[in-house]
Amino acid sequence: MSDELKTPLLDELEKGPWPSFIKDLKSMADRPMVKDLLGQLEKSYRDKRGYWKHGGLVGIMGYGGGVIGRYSAIPEDFPGVSHFHTVRVNQPSGWFYTSEALNEIMDIWDEHGSGLTNMHGSTGDMVLLGTTTQELEPIFRELTAKDWDLGGSGSDLRTPSCCIGPARCQNACYDTLALTYNITHKYQDELHRPMFNYKYKIKMSGCPNDCTAAMARSDMAIIGIWKDDIQIDQSAIAEYVDSGFNIQEYVIEKCPTKCITLEGKELKIDNSDCLKCVHCINVLPKALSPGKERGAAIALGGKAPIVEGALFATLIVPFIEIDEENGFEEVHDLLERIWEFWDEHGMNRERIGEFIERVTLKTFLEGIGVEPMPQQITQPRDNPYIFYEEYYEEETE
Amino acid sequence: MAGEVPIEQLADDMFQVVSDSAGQKKLKAKDLTKAVIAKYGDKISKDDTKAAIKLLIDSGRCVYGYFGGSSIELPHTEASANE
Repeated sequence: MSDELKTPLLDELEKGPWPSFIKDLKSMADRPMVKDLLGQLEKSYRDKRGYWKHGGLVGIMGYGGGVIGRYSAIPEDFPGVSHFHTVRVNQPSGWFYTSEALNEIMDIWDEHGSGLTNMHGSTGDMVLLGTTTQELEPIFRELTAKDWDLGGSGSDLRTPSCCIGPARCQNACYDTLALTYNITHKYQDELHRPMFNYKYKIKMSGCPNDCTAAMARSDMAIIGIWKDDIQIDQSAIAEYVDSGFNIQEYVIEKCPTKCITLEGKELKIDNSDCLKCVHCINVLPKALSPGKERGAAIALGGKAPIVEGALFATLIVPFIEIDEENGFEEVHDLLERIWEFWDEHGMNRERIGEFIERVTLKTFLEGIGVEPMPQQITQPRDNPYIFYEEYYEEETE
Repeated sequence: MAGEVPIEQLADDMFQVVSDSAGQKKLKAKDLTKAVIAKYGDKISKDDTKAAIKLLIDSGRCVYGYFGGSSIELPHTEASANE
Protein backbone atom coordinates (compact mmCIF):
# COMPACT_ATOMS: atom_id res chain seq x y z
CA MET A 1 0.00 0.00 0.00
CA SER A 2 1.15 3.54 -0.75
CA ASP A 3 2.93 5.31 2.10
CA GLU A 4 1.11 8.57 1.53
CA LEU A 5 -2.34 7.15 2.40
CA LYS A 6 -2.90 7.33 6.15
CA THR A 7 -6.04 5.59 7.44
CA PRO A 8 -5.92 5.55 11.24
CA LEU A 9 -9.67 5.04 11.65
CA LEU A 10 -9.90 2.27 9.07
CA ASP A 11 -6.87 0.63 10.66
CA GLU A 12 -9.02 -0.04 13.73
CA LEU A 13 -11.13 -2.36 11.58
CA GLU A 14 -8.14 -4.59 10.95
CA LYS A 15 -7.82 -5.49 14.62
CA GLY A 16 -9.30 -8.66 16.05
CA PRO A 17 -9.35 -12.26 14.88
CA TRP A 18 -12.09 -11.88 12.27
CA PRO A 19 -11.73 -11.22 8.55
CA SER A 20 -11.36 -7.55 7.66
CA PHE A 21 -12.59 -5.93 4.48
CA ILE A 22 -10.09 -3.13 5.12
CA LYS A 23 -7.26 -5.65 5.06
CA ASP A 24 -8.58 -6.94 1.73
CA LEU A 25 -8.91 -3.43 0.29
CA LYS A 26 -5.38 -2.52 1.36
CA SER A 27 -4.00 -5.59 -0.36
CA MET A 28 -5.29 -4.06 -3.62
CA ALA A 29 -4.48 -0.42 -2.88
CA ASP A 30 -1.97 -0.21 -5.71
CA ARG A 31 -5.03 0.32 -7.93
CA PRO A 32 -6.11 3.99 -8.07
CA MET A 33 -9.79 3.15 -7.67
CA VAL A 34 -9.20 1.08 -4.54
CA LYS A 35 -6.76 3.59 -3.07
CA ASP A 36 -9.25 6.43 -3.47
CA LEU A 37 -12.02 4.21 -2.09
CA LEU A 38 -9.97 3.79 1.09
CA GLY A 39 -9.27 7.53 1.16
CA GLN A 40 -12.91 8.50 0.80
CA LEU A 41 -13.99 5.91 3.35
CA GLU A 42 -11.45 7.21 5.89
CA LYS A 43 -12.77 10.73 5.32
CA SER A 44 -16.35 9.51 5.79
CA TYR A 45 -15.43 7.91 9.11
CA ARG A 46 -13.61 11.05 10.20
CA ASP A 47 -16.39 13.45 9.15
CA LYS A 48 -19.20 11.08 10.14
CA ARG A 49 -20.99 11.43 6.83
CA GLY A 50 -21.22 9.57 3.55
CA TYR A 51 -19.79 10.98 0.34
CA TRP A 52 -21.67 8.94 -2.25
CA LYS A 53 -24.16 10.33 -4.74
CA HIS A 54 -26.92 8.24 -6.25
CA GLY A 55 -26.75 7.53 -9.97
CA GLY A 56 -30.25 6.60 -11.12
CA LEU A 57 -29.81 6.54 -14.87
CA VAL A 58 -26.64 4.57 -15.47
CA GLY A 59 -27.22 1.15 -16.93
CA ILE A 60 -27.04 -1.07 -19.94
CA MET A 61 -28.98 -0.20 -23.09
CA GLY A 62 -32.38 -1.93 -22.91
CA TYR A 63 -31.95 -3.11 -19.34
CA GLY A 64 -33.58 -1.45 -16.34
CA GLY A 65 -31.67 -3.42 -13.74
CA GLY A 66 -28.31 -4.93 -12.94
CA VAL A 67 -26.33 -1.73 -12.45
CA ILE A 68 -26.40 0.44 -9.35
CA GLY A 69 -25.01 3.88 -10.05
CA ARG A 70 -22.76 5.66 -7.58
CA TYR A 71 -20.68 8.83 -7.89
CA SER A 72 -18.30 10.39 -5.42
CA ALA A 73 -19.58 13.68 -4.02
CA ILE A 74 -15.95 14.87 -3.78
CA PRO A 75 -14.38 13.69 -7.07
CA GLU A 76 -11.78 16.45 -6.95
CA ASP A 77 -10.34 14.83 -3.80
CA PHE A 78 -10.80 11.23 -4.90
CA PRO A 79 -10.87 11.08 -8.71
CA GLY A 80 -10.41 7.30 -8.70
CA VAL A 81 -13.96 6.87 -7.37
CA SER A 82 -15.56 9.72 -9.30
CA HIS A 83 -17.65 6.91 -10.81
CA PHE A 84 -18.05 3.82 -8.66
CA HIS A 85 -20.93 1.82 -10.14
CA THR A 86 -21.85 -1.66 -9.00
CA VAL A 87 -22.64 -4.46 -11.45
CA ARG A 88 -24.82 -7.36 -10.35
CA VAL A 89 -24.19 -10.61 -12.20
CA ASN A 90 -26.79 -13.37 -12.13
CA GLN A 91 -25.23 -16.18 -10.11
CA PRO A 92 -25.54 -19.86 -11.06
CA SER A 93 -28.22 -21.78 -9.12
CA GLY A 94 -26.85 -22.85 -5.76
CA TRP A 95 -23.64 -20.83 -6.29
CA PHE A 96 -21.79 -23.68 -7.94
CA TYR A 97 -18.82 -22.48 -9.99
CA THR A 98 -15.91 -23.98 -11.78
CA SER A 99 -12.59 -22.21 -11.26
CA GLU A 100 -12.66 -21.51 -15.01
CA ALA A 101 -15.95 -19.62 -14.61
CA LEU A 102 -14.61 -17.55 -11.74
CA ASN A 103 -11.48 -16.74 -13.72
CA GLU A 104 -13.65 -15.56 -16.63
CA ILE A 105 -15.47 -13.15 -14.38
CA MET A 106 -12.32 -11.88 -12.72
CA ASP A 107 -10.48 -11.36 -16.00
CA ILE A 108 -13.33 -9.16 -17.21
CA TRP A 109 -13.54 -7.33 -13.90
CA ASP A 110 -9.81 -6.76 -13.60
CA GLU A 111 -9.80 -5.21 -17.05
CA HIS A 112 -12.91 -3.04 -16.75
CA GLY A 113 -13.50 -2.50 -13.04
CA SER A 114 -11.88 -2.12 -9.66
CA GLY A 115 -11.28 -5.84 -9.17
CA LEU A 116 -13.33 -5.72 -5.96
CA THR A 117 -16.20 -8.17 -5.51
CA ASN A 118 -18.79 -9.13 -2.95
CA MET A 119 -19.56 -12.83 -3.19
CA HIS A 120 -22.52 -12.68 -2.82
CA GLY A 121 -25.07 -9.91 -2.31
CA SER A 122 -28.09 -10.54 -0.10
CA THR A 123 -30.27 -11.33 -3.11
CA GLY A 124 -27.70 -13.82 -4.31
CA ASP A 125 -25.97 -12.10 -7.21
CA MET A 126 -22.25 -11.83 -7.69
CA VAL A 127 -21.62 -8.18 -6.92
CA LEU A 128 -18.84 -6.46 -8.84
CA LEU A 129 -17.98 -3.26 -7.00
CA GLY A 130 -16.72 -0.14 -8.72
CA THR A 131 -16.54 0.78 -12.39
CA THR A 132 -17.12 3.79 -14.60
CA THR A 133 -20.04 4.59 -16.88
CA GLN A 134 -17.98 4.16 -20.06
CA GLU A 135 -16.94 0.63 -19.01
CA LEU A 136 -20.49 -0.64 -18.49
CA GLU A 137 -21.32 -1.61 -22.07
CA PRO A 138 -17.92 -3.31 -22.64
CA ILE A 139 -18.40 -5.28 -19.40
CA PHE A 140 -21.88 -6.35 -20.49
CA ARG A 141 -20.66 -7.37 -23.94
CA GLU A 142 -17.87 -9.49 -22.52
CA LEU A 143 -20.06 -11.07 -19.84
CA THR A 144 -22.80 -12.05 -22.28
CA ALA A 145 -20.25 -13.34 -24.79
CA LYS A 146 -19.36 -15.89 -22.12
CA ASP A 147 -23.02 -16.66 -21.32
CA TRP A 148 -23.28 -14.60 -18.16
CA ASP A 149 -26.08 -12.10 -17.66
CA LEU A 150 -26.88 -9.26 -15.31
CA GLY A 151 -29.11 -9.77 -12.30
CA GLY A 152 -32.06 -7.71 -11.17
CA SER A 153 -32.31 -4.35 -9.43
CA GLY A 154 -34.97 -1.69 -9.07
CA SER A 155 -38.68 -2.52 -9.32
CA ASP A 156 -38.23 -5.81 -11.05
CA LEU A 157 -38.03 -9.52 -10.38
CA ARG A 158 -34.81 -9.77 -8.45
CA THR A 159 -32.40 -12.53 -9.35
CA PRO A 160 -34.01 -15.78 -8.14
CA SER A 161 -31.85 -17.64 -5.69
CA CYS A 162 -31.79 -21.05 -4.05
CA CYS A 163 -30.04 -23.38 -1.64
CA ILE A 164 -27.76 -26.13 -2.90
CA GLY A 165 -30.79 -28.45 -2.91
CA PRO A 166 -30.53 -32.06 -4.03
CA ALA A 167 -27.03 -31.41 -5.41
CA ARG A 168 -25.61 -31.94 -1.95
CA CYS A 169 -28.43 -32.13 0.58
CA GLN A 170 -30.45 -35.22 1.45
CA ASN A 171 -33.28 -33.13 2.93
CA ALA A 172 -34.20 -31.40 -0.32
CA CYS A 173 -37.89 -31.99 -1.01
CA TYR A 174 -37.69 -30.64 -4.55
CA ASP A 175 -35.07 -29.64 -7.08
CA THR A 176 -34.41 -26.05 -6.03
CA LEU A 177 -31.70 -25.66 -8.66
CA ALA A 178 -34.01 -26.68 -11.50
CA LEU A 179 -36.86 -24.42 -10.37
CA THR A 180 -34.51 -21.44 -9.96
CA TYR A 181 -33.06 -22.02 -13.41
CA ASN A 182 -36.54 -22.33 -14.87
CA ILE A 183 -37.94 -19.17 -13.26
CA THR A 184 -34.84 -17.17 -14.19
CA HIS A 185 -35.20 -18.11 -17.84
CA LYS A 186 -38.99 -17.92 -18.10
CA TYR A 187 -39.23 -14.45 -16.60
CA GLN A 188 -36.35 -12.65 -18.33
CA ASP A 189 -38.52 -9.63 -19.17
CA GLU A 190 -39.64 -9.29 -15.56
CA LEU A 191 -36.01 -9.60 -14.43
CA HIS A 192 -34.49 -7.02 -16.78
CA ARG A 193 -37.37 -4.62 -17.44
CA PRO A 194 -38.77 -3.17 -14.23
CA MET A 195 -42.55 -3.34 -14.44
CA PHE A 196 -43.65 -3.92 -10.86
CA ASN A 197 -44.71 -1.62 -8.03
CA TYR A 198 -41.46 -2.44 -6.29
CA LYS A 199 -38.91 -5.23 -6.04
CA TYR A 200 -40.00 -8.89 -5.97
CA LYS A 201 -37.60 -11.45 -4.57
CA ILE A 202 -38.03 -15.21 -4.91
CA LYS A 203 -35.94 -17.61 -2.88
CA MET A 204 -36.10 -21.36 -3.00
CA SER A 205 -35.17 -23.57 -0.06
CA GLY A 206 -35.35 -27.33 -0.36
CA CYS A 207 -36.60 -27.99 3.18
CA PRO A 208 -37.85 -26.13 6.27
CA ASN A 209 -34.25 -25.51 7.40
CA ASP A 210 -34.60 -22.69 4.86
CA CYS A 211 -30.91 -22.20 4.17
CA THR A 212 -31.63 -19.19 1.92
CA ALA A 213 -33.54 -17.51 4.79
CA ALA A 214 -36.39 -17.14 2.31
CA MET A 215 -39.03 -16.61 5.01
CA ALA A 216 -37.33 -13.44 6.23
CA ARG A 217 -35.61 -12.21 3.11
CA SER A 218 -37.84 -12.83 0.13
CA ASP A 219 -41.23 -11.71 -1.11
CA MET A 220 -41.92 -15.27 -2.20
CA ALA A 221 -40.47 -18.14 -0.23
CA ILE A 222 -40.76 -21.58 -1.85
CA ILE A 223 -39.91 -24.01 0.92
CA GLY A 224 -39.64 -27.76 0.39
CA ILE A 225 -42.07 -29.79 2.47
CA TRP A 226 -43.70 -33.22 2.57
CA LYS A 227 -47.28 -34.36 3.16
CA ASP A 228 -46.94 -37.86 4.51
CA ASP A 229 -45.01 -39.28 7.47
CA ILE A 230 -41.36 -38.74 8.36
CA GLN A 231 -39.39 -41.80 7.23
CA ILE A 232 -37.80 -43.69 10.11
CA ASP A 233 -34.98 -46.21 9.90
CA GLN A 234 -35.46 -48.04 13.23
CA SER A 235 -32.15 -49.91 12.94
CA ALA A 236 -30.34 -46.55 12.75
CA ILE A 237 -32.32 -45.37 15.79
CA ALA A 238 -31.10 -48.45 17.65
CA GLU A 239 -27.53 -47.56 16.68
CA TYR A 240 -27.97 -44.05 18.07
CA VAL A 241 -29.29 -45.54 21.34
CA ASP A 242 -26.49 -48.11 21.55
CA SER A 243 -23.88 -45.40 20.98
CA GLY A 244 -25.15 -43.56 24.05
CA PHE A 245 -26.70 -40.66 22.14
CA ASN A 246 -29.31 -39.01 24.36
CA ILE A 247 -32.37 -38.96 22.10
CA GLN A 248 -34.59 -37.99 25.01
CA GLU A 249 -32.67 -34.80 25.75
CA TYR A 250 -31.59 -33.73 22.27
CA VAL A 251 -34.65 -34.71 20.24
CA ILE A 252 -37.77 -35.60 22.20
CA GLU A 253 -37.61 -32.74 24.71
CA LYS A 254 -36.84 -30.24 21.98
CA CYS A 255 -39.78 -31.25 19.77
CA PRO A 256 -42.11 -28.20 19.81
CA THR A 257 -45.30 -30.29 19.83
CA LYS A 258 -43.91 -33.21 21.84
CA CYS A 259 -45.06 -35.63 19.17
CA ILE A 260 -42.06 -37.98 19.47
CA THR A 261 -41.66 -40.89 21.87
CA LEU A 262 -38.99 -43.52 22.35
CA GLU A 263 -40.05 -46.99 23.41
CA GLY A 264 -36.94 -49.05 24.05
CA LYS A 265 -35.00 -48.61 20.83
CA GLU A 266 -38.04 -47.76 18.74
CA LEU A 267 -38.86 -44.16 17.85
CA LYS A 268 -42.49 -43.19 17.23
CA ILE A 269 -43.75 -39.93 15.73
CA ASP A 270 -47.34 -38.76 15.86
CA ASN A 271 -47.17 -37.15 12.41
CA SER A 272 -50.60 -35.55 12.78
CA ASP A 273 -49.04 -33.25 15.40
CA CYS A 274 -45.76 -32.68 13.57
CA LEU A 275 -45.02 -29.08 12.60
CA LYS A 276 -42.26 -30.14 10.20
CA CYS A 277 -39.67 -28.01 11.97
CA VAL A 278 -37.10 -30.66 10.93
CA HIS A 279 -35.20 -30.45 14.22
CA CYS A 280 -35.42 -34.22 14.73
CA ILE A 281 -34.30 -34.87 11.15
CA ASN A 282 -31.34 -32.55 11.63
CA VAL A 283 -30.25 -34.24 14.85
CA LEU A 284 -30.82 -37.83 13.69
CA PRO A 285 -29.82 -37.62 10.00
CA LYS A 286 -28.96 -41.31 9.72
CA ALA A 287 -32.35 -42.41 11.01
CA LEU A 288 -34.89 -39.81 9.92
CA SER A 289 -35.71 -38.23 6.58
CA PRO A 290 -38.58 -36.26 5.07
CA GLY A 291 -41.62 -38.19 3.83
CA LYS A 292 -41.97 -39.48 0.29
CA GLU A 293 -44.82 -37.22 -0.87
CA ARG A 294 -42.80 -34.09 -1.46
CA GLY A 295 -43.47 -30.62 -2.79
CA ALA A 296 -43.27 -27.08 -1.45
CA ALA A 297 -45.06 -24.60 0.75
CA ILE A 298 -45.30 -21.03 -0.49
CA ALA A 299 -45.14 -18.05 1.83
CA LEU A 300 -45.32 -14.42 0.79
CA GLY A 301 -44.22 -11.10 2.18
CA GLY A 302 -40.81 -11.46 3.85
CA LYS A 303 -38.70 -8.32 3.67
CA ALA A 304 -35.99 -6.28 5.34
CA PRO A 305 -36.82 -2.93 7.00
CA ILE A 306 -36.67 -0.66 3.95
CA VAL A 307 -39.47 1.93 3.50
CA GLU A 308 -41.67 0.07 6.01
CA GLY A 309 -40.60 -2.26 8.82
CA ALA A 310 -39.31 -5.80 8.41
CA LEU A 311 -41.87 -8.52 7.80
CA PHE A 312 -41.78 -12.27 8.14
CA ALA A 313 -43.49 -14.18 5.34
CA THR A 314 -47.11 -15.39 5.64
CA LEU A 315 -47.96 -18.92 4.57
CA ILE A 316 -50.29 -18.77 1.57
CA VAL A 317 -50.13 -22.25 0.01
CA PRO A 318 -49.38 -25.11 2.44
CA PHE A 319 -48.50 -27.56 -0.31
CA ILE A 320 -47.95 -27.31 -4.04
CA GLU A 321 -46.62 -29.88 -6.48
CA ILE A 322 -43.22 -28.97 -7.87
CA ASP A 323 -43.42 -30.88 -11.09
CA GLU A 324 -40.43 -30.48 -13.37
CA GLU A 325 -41.93 -32.76 -16.01
CA ASN A 326 -44.91 -30.44 -16.18
CA GLY A 327 -42.57 -27.46 -16.62
CA PHE A 328 -43.37 -26.17 -13.12
CA GLU A 329 -46.74 -24.96 -14.43
CA GLU A 330 -48.42 -24.84 -11.02
CA VAL A 331 -45.76 -22.46 -9.72
CA HIS A 332 -45.92 -20.25 -12.83
CA ASP A 333 -49.69 -20.09 -12.65
CA LEU A 334 -49.70 -19.01 -9.00
CA LEU A 335 -46.85 -16.54 -9.50
CA GLU A 336 -48.57 -14.84 -12.42
CA ARG A 337 -51.87 -14.55 -10.53
CA ILE A 338 -50.00 -12.91 -7.64
CA TRP A 339 -48.23 -10.46 -9.94
CA GLU A 340 -51.46 -9.64 -11.76
CA PHE A 341 -53.35 -8.77 -8.58
CA TRP A 342 -50.43 -6.87 -7.01
CA ASP A 343 -49.84 -4.96 -10.24
CA GLU A 344 -53.50 -3.98 -10.47
CA HIS A 345 -54.06 -2.91 -6.88
CA GLY A 346 -50.62 -2.31 -5.34
CA MET A 347 -49.20 1.13 -4.66
CA ASN A 348 -45.88 2.59 -5.70
CA ARG A 349 -43.00 1.11 -3.60
CA GLU A 350 -45.37 -1.28 -1.85
CA ARG A 351 -43.88 -4.74 -1.33
CA ILE A 352 -46.18 -7.75 -1.55
CA GLY A 353 -46.14 -8.24 2.26
CA GLU A 354 -47.20 -4.65 2.88
CA PHE A 355 -49.82 -5.01 0.16
CA ILE A 356 -51.32 -8.08 1.88
CA GLU A 357 -51.38 -6.20 5.20
CA ARG A 358 -53.16 -3.26 3.60
CA VAL A 359 -55.80 -5.10 1.57
CA THR A 360 -56.15 -7.90 4.19
CA LEU A 361 -55.32 -11.56 3.71
CA LYS A 362 -58.95 -12.32 2.87
CA THR A 363 -59.04 -9.90 -0.06
CA PHE A 364 -55.64 -11.03 -1.24
CA LEU A 365 -56.59 -14.71 -1.23
CA GLU A 366 -59.76 -13.94 -3.15
CA GLY A 367 -57.77 -11.83 -5.60
CA ILE A 368 -55.29 -14.56 -6.42
CA GLY A 369 -57.88 -17.36 -6.31
CA VAL A 370 -56.51 -19.33 -3.36
CA GLU A 371 -58.93 -20.94 -0.90
CA PRO A 372 -58.62 -19.87 2.75
CA MET A 373 -57.09 -22.66 4.82
CA PRO A 374 -56.39 -23.17 8.54
CA GLN A 375 -52.64 -23.30 7.84
CA GLN A 376 -52.73 -19.64 6.80
CA ILE A 377 -53.60 -18.61 10.34
CA THR A 378 -50.44 -17.48 12.11
CA GLN A 379 -51.41 -18.46 15.64
CA PRO A 380 -54.41 -19.71 17.64
CA ARG A 381 -57.11 -17.08 18.20
CA ASP A 382 -55.62 -14.94 15.45
CA ASN A 383 -58.72 -13.63 13.68
CA PRO A 384 -58.08 -13.60 9.95
CA TYR A 385 -61.51 -12.13 9.18
CA ILE A 386 -62.19 -14.88 6.72
CA PHE A 387 -65.81 -15.80 6.24
CA TYR A 388 -66.67 -18.76 4.10
CA GLU A 389 -69.39 -18.55 1.47
CA GLU A 390 -71.34 -21.22 3.39
CA TYR A 391 -71.52 -18.84 6.34
CA TYR A 392 -73.48 -16.31 4.31
CA GLU A 393 -75.64 -19.00 2.76
CA GLU A 394 -76.65 -20.26 6.21
CA GLU A 395 -77.38 -16.71 7.31
CA THR A 396 -79.80 -16.11 4.47
CA GLU A 397 -81.60 -19.44 4.79
CA MET B 1 -60.33 -6.75 -29.48
CA ALA B 2 -56.70 -7.00 -28.35
CA GLY B 3 -54.01 -6.56 -30.99
CA GLU B 4 -55.96 -4.00 -33.05
CA VAL B 5 -53.52 -1.14 -32.41
CA PRO B 6 -50.00 -1.39 -33.85
CA ILE B 7 -47.26 -1.68 -31.23
CA GLU B 8 -45.46 1.28 -32.83
CA GLN B 9 -48.53 3.44 -32.25
CA LEU B 10 -48.67 2.42 -28.59
CA ALA B 11 -44.96 3.20 -28.21
CA ASP B 12 -45.55 6.64 -29.77
CA ASP B 13 -48.44 7.29 -27.38
CA MET B 14 -46.33 6.23 -24.43
CA PHE B 15 -43.48 8.43 -25.57
CA GLN B 16 -45.87 11.36 -25.65
CA VAL B 17 -47.04 10.62 -22.10
CA VAL B 18 -43.42 10.47 -20.88
CA SER B 19 -42.56 13.69 -22.72
CA ASP B 20 -45.56 15.50 -21.26
CA SER B 21 -44.62 14.66 -17.71
CA ALA B 22 -40.84 15.13 -18.08
CA GLY B 23 -39.50 17.21 -15.22
CA GLN B 24 -42.79 16.99 -13.34
CA LYS B 25 -43.45 13.40 -12.49
CA LYS B 26 -41.49 10.17 -12.80
CA LEU B 27 -43.69 7.59 -14.49
CA LYS B 28 -43.59 3.86 -13.94
CA ALA B 29 -44.23 1.19 -16.56
CA LYS B 30 -47.67 0.75 -14.99
CA ASP B 31 -48.53 4.42 -15.55
CA LEU B 32 -47.78 4.08 -19.26
CA THR B 33 -49.79 0.88 -19.46
CA LYS B 34 -52.78 2.53 -17.79
CA ALA B 35 -52.54 5.55 -20.06
CA VAL B 36 -52.79 3.54 -23.28
CA ILE B 37 -55.43 1.20 -21.87
CA ALA B 38 -57.49 4.27 -20.98
CA LYS B 39 -57.16 5.41 -24.59
CA TYR B 40 -57.72 2.13 -26.42
CA GLY B 41 -59.62 -0.03 -23.94
CA ASP B 42 -59.96 -3.67 -24.96
CA LYS B 43 -58.43 -3.02 -28.36
CA ILE B 44 -55.09 -3.74 -26.70
CA SER B 45 -53.80 -6.32 -24.25
CA LYS B 46 -51.23 -6.13 -21.47
CA ASP B 47 -48.85 -8.06 -23.70
CA ASP B 48 -49.24 -5.31 -26.30
CA THR B 49 -48.29 -2.70 -23.71
CA LYS B 50 -45.27 -4.74 -22.64
CA ALA B 51 -44.13 -4.99 -26.25
CA ALA B 52 -44.61 -1.25 -26.68
CA ILE B 53 -42.49 -0.46 -23.62
CA LYS B 54 -39.81 -2.83 -24.90
CA LEU B 55 -39.82 -1.01 -28.24
CA LEU B 56 -39.68 2.36 -26.53
CA ILE B 57 -36.64 1.38 -24.46
CA ASP B 58 -34.80 -0.63 -27.10
CA SER B 59 -35.11 2.24 -29.57
CA GLY B 60 -33.36 4.51 -27.07
CA ARG B 61 -36.20 7.05 -27.05
CA CYS B 62 -36.69 6.37 -23.34
CA VAL B 63 -34.51 4.90 -20.61
CA TYR B 64 -35.11 3.26 -17.27
CA GLY B 65 -34.27 5.35 -14.24
CA TYR B 66 -34.20 4.53 -10.55
CA PHE B 67 -34.83 6.72 -7.56
CA GLY B 68 -36.48 4.66 -4.84
CA GLY B 69 -38.50 2.84 -7.47
CA SER B 70 -37.92 2.32 -11.20
CA SER B 71 -39.27 4.77 -13.74
CA ILE B 72 -39.28 5.36 -17.51
CA GLU B 73 -37.78 8.69 -18.51
CA LEU B 74 -36.43 10.66 -21.42
CA PRO B 75 -32.67 10.20 -21.77
CA HIS B 76 -30.82 13.00 -20.03
CA THR B 77 -27.72 13.64 -17.98
CA GLU B 78 -28.67 13.46 -14.35
CA ALA B 79 -27.57 16.21 -12.01
CA SER B 80 -25.53 13.89 -9.80
CA ALA B 81 -23.40 12.52 -12.64
CA ASN B 82 -19.70 13.39 -12.54
CA GLU B 83 -17.75 14.01 -15.73
